[in-house]
Amino acid sequence: MTANVSMILSDIVALRREFPILNQSVNGNVLAFLDSAASSQKPRRVIDCLEDYYRRYNANVHRGIYRLSEEATFAFERARGKVARFINARSQREVVFVRNTTEAINLVARSWGDANLREGDRILLSIMEHHSNLVPWQMLAQRTGAKLEFLPIDGEGRLALDNLDAQLEGVRLVAITQQSNVLGTINPVAEIAQRAHAVGALVLVDGAQSVPHMPVDVQALDIDFLAFSGHKMCGPTGIGVLWGRRTILEQMPPFLGGGSMIKVVGLHESTYADIPARFEAGTPAIAEAIALGEAIDFLQEIGMDQIYAHERELLGYALERLTEVEGLRVYGPRTTDMRGGAVSFTLDGVHPHDVAAVLDGEGIAVRAGHHCAQPLHAYYDIPATTRASFYLYNIPEEIDRLVVALRKARTLFG
Amino acid sequence: MIGMDDLYRELILEHYRHPRRRGWLDHPDVSAEEHNPLCGDRVRIDLRIENGIITDARFDGRGCAISQASASMLTDEIVGMPVEQAKQFSKDQLLALIGIPLNHNPVRIKCALLPLKTLKVGLYGVGHVPDEDEM
Repeated sequence: MTANVSMILSDIVALRREFPILNQSVNGNVLAFLDSAASSQKPRRVIDCLEDYYRRYNANVHRGIYRLSEEATFAFERARGKVARFINARSQREVVFVRNTTEAINLVARSWGDANLREGDRILLSIMEHHSNLVPWQMLAQRTGAKLEFLPIDGEGRLALDNLDAQLEGVRLVAITQQSNVLGTINPVAEIAQRAHAVGALVLVDGAQSVPHMPVDVQALDIDFLAFSGHKMCGPTGIGVLWGRRTILEQMPPFLGGGSMIKVVGLHESTYADIPARFEAGTPAIAEAIALGEAIDFLQEIGMDQIYAHERELLGYALERLTEVEGLRVYGPRTTDMRGGAVSFTLDGVHPHDVAAVLDGEGIAVRAGHHCAQPLHAYYDIPATTRASFYLYNIPEEIDRLVVALRKARTLFG
Repeated sequence: MIGMDDLYRELILEHYRHPRRRGWLDHPDVSAEEHNPLCGDRVRIDLRIENGIITDARFDGRGCAISQASASMLTDEIVGMPVEQAKQFSKDQLLALIGIPLNHNPVRIKCALLPLKTLKVGLYGVGHVPDEDEM
């Protein structure tokens, strides 16, 4: 069987050419990169953007009164504006540059959490959270005496919200992923936010897996914090974003102390800068922030709706083809409805690491392990899964190759 | 980069499909269990020790073919071995035993070494286990 999927992205061949890394062979086969949920590949223009900064206008930002520094500052702040428009923030002051999603969530836990939570307060999470949206809250709970509560999931891997209102009692913060990195489930964060706000709780959304793959509008969702990483959305590593509602960010104490985040510094005390600088101590990842802006331009020229539709088509094809592999079990929703393109599965009799090794032998890159979601794997009572995840540059032929290689793994270990 | 055929030699597959010493011992003299948090591999090793000699060994656990085959071969190898000699059993000896050149594969070598780590935790006691580099 060969792929007969009509690609949404009309010139996928030209698009793939934008990603130099895809043009290589691994173990004698063309690389099929199916691990974008871990980190995406970068288009040439993002790579060029990094180099352009270092070759032409490398200088620290917000400091020097000279042309290079002014140019760097302008590009850095312009990138902040691009991020703000990308997620429809009310103001670019609401955009804080951090290293990654993990740091963004830790910032909220340390700053807002330490200042606001007391013993007995509750934080509502779900059992499908990535460790980055779990461990910072465990640490906060240990510091403050707050309690963690968890939303369960149903048989299809969707959040079970039947008892949400009861579970929201005494909750000060709901921290939830918009798309599970294991199950692919897309969660109804707007609905959750509305009900959380009704009891006065704030809502933090882990957008690491959603912002790269679908349109995300913080005003439409009516949430309070959004955290995401540049490297999963065609940008470089080392740059991520915390978006926060301005009125909340303005009330939050600093996270890290140092340069850039101050107004006036005395020997014994200092006053702090306005947002977002208050949360950006030290020299930031300048080149990476600028290149993230370039990545956003790239994604928006294609269109987030188009990217979502493309991945949905690939996902539908993958869900259908994977049923042909004997002994294969997919975790998460069985349909493309409210589901993103991360497909985790187990193969009877073959450990996920062995699956991944066999696939690597065919030039297919997937992830095997617990995907930083140990509690979710414990819930399913499995040590690990293999995950194939899709992005705008993937094609149905890669899914065909995946299916052939999975059959080979079954034969080898069966 | 080692190829598929090196990684899954027939010997590995044979031990994976038909492990030699899978199970538990009643009242073992030594029992230890170790995990590889990266991939969720788990290995438990039980030992019977008489007069300073390992007279019986069993392993249990779940994990990839490399970790489970390694456990099967290692437990087979150490029966009849003096405890002091088993304590000195090295990483290189294990890799020679299982026959896979994993020295430059930082991820999969952890799978192969998990049973050896478990054995040493059992023999030395927790807290006295040599690092992977020293094994």
